[in-house]
Amino acid sequence: MQRHLISAADLTRDDAVLILDTAEEMSRVADRPIKKLPTLRGRTVVNLFFEDSTRTRISFEAAEKRLSADVINFSAKGSSVSKGESLKDTAQTLEAMGVDAVVIRHGASGAPYRLANSGWIDAAVINAGDGTHQHPTQALLDAFTMRRRLIGRDAGLGQDLSGKRVTIVGDILHSRVARSNVDLLHTLGAEVTLVAPPTLLPVGVETWPCAVSYDLDAALPKCDAVMMLRVQRERMNAAFFPTEREYSRRYGLDGDRMAKLPEHAVVMHPGPMVRGMEITAEVADSGRCTAVEQVTNGVSIRMAVLYLLLGGNEPAVAPTRTEEK
Amino acid sequence: MDTQASPARPVLEAPDIARVLTRIAHEIVERAKGADDVVLLGIPTRGVFLAQRLAAKLERITERKVPCGSLDITMYRDDLRMQPPRALARTDIPGDGIDGKLVVLVDDVLFSGRTIRAALDALNDIGRPRAVQLAVLVDRGHRELPIRADYVGKNLPTSLRETVKVQLAEEDGRDTVLLGAKPATPGERQH
Repeated sequence: MQRHLISAADLTRDDAVLILDTAEEMSRVADRPIKKLPTLRGRTVVNLFFEDSTRTRISFEAAEKRLSADVINFSAKGSSVSKGESLKDTAQTLEAMGVDAVVIRHGASGAPYRLANSGWIDAAVINAGDGTHQHPTQALLDAFTMRRRLIGRDAGLGQDLSGKRVTIVGDILHSRVARSNVDLLHTLGAEVTLVAPPTLLPVGVETWPCAVSYDLDAALPKCDAVMMLRVQRERMNAAFFPTEREYSRRYGLDGDRMAKLPEHAVVMHPGPMVRGMEITAEVADSGRCTAVEQVTNGVSIRMAVLYLLLGGNEPAVAPTRTEEK
Repeated sequence: MDTQASPARPVLEAPDIARVLTRIAHEIVERAKGADDVVLLGIPTRGVFLAQRLAAKLERITERKVPCGSLDITMYRDDLRMQPPRALARTDIPGDGIDGKLVVLVDDVLFSGRTIRAALDALNDIGRPRAVQLAVLVDRGHRELPIRADYVGKNLPTSLRETVKVQLAEEDGRDTVLLGAKPATPGERQH
């Protein structure tokens, strides 16, 4: 039986907490003189990136290398995909080479699910972002960052995020980060509020396990973490808001707005940040902004996921939905 | 996990364990000629508590602070691929590190020796000790690797059909070492 990480919604509370706790131990490897563990020696992991990414790809690569896996990087540019090869043929090529796991980023929502459930490939599939659907490791690293900052490194072990209030601001419509975060934070017991202009909220958002508001100033004083999302200019093919200036004035986070946050609250950003748009340089460079920390934590989270999915003879994390084979 | 087949028989009780640890502490001081550079590293779970108790006893004998930490060997196990991934335990190396120090690994039961092999591998990635020694509460025999303990609380000749279970107050609410018979399901070793 094959197990994968396709969606943050597949994780139970216990799975998610296990991943966060494992990541906490993995993070200690970064403090050692030799930042390497022999755990995945002899296993081959392919990073299959059909969409551009720096952060996520480098983060996965660092995680794989720290666990001693053999890493093959594949990007659609300069590969047979640009000659018209289908996902199926690419997958079968990888299968023929005997890979143990595929980390896939794809522009089409559902591509990782298809890869995992099609029978094309035997390897574990880890979703590194698909279209506007899911980005589960991002949600996990965000939850990890929140737990560390809001509860504490050691105090957080074994804990979920019960009662924490998280506000996610910006382009919810195109954001797989927002979707994954809503699913995971809900599972972990946090209360999520989405704040965005009505045009940047997806149809059916009222069925999500979260609250929705159009008013950022009202939401700020009562949250423990505020997550700013990038306005995805490359997906802005319609007039979602009148001008960038208006967007930034109503939904951007500047120093004055940050002052309305409770003392302990943190400002998060999955990156890449567009300074001056959704976040000002003053906020981005302040001690409350965890953007850089999130990148560091990303490596630990991805090590934990790789270890739990590939480290033993069967995965420790058992998604419930993706077993149709 | 106690066995249901026959009741487990205690072979060491709380006062015995305390005496044994006191003896090992004195042996460490004697062999290390004062234990100036000793670092105790316990192997989770129960090795860590034993290491802490040993450290307290060493401090009483030498009147000096003895660094004490933990070393999780899960990621270095040679049977990692044969079972589901285990949850990781804490690796906590004392501030000054282990380079040039005398590291004493502490575990509850010495059995196949595979845990200690994994611990030696893990140490290799953390630093280069002057020497590594091994202290165990119980040595039950049946080694599968050329590994031996430097300090042994109790040599306990056992058959492979028996189980040795160490219980410590910190984890189990009481101090005792139990010798029992293995339940009907074969093929699994407890230590």
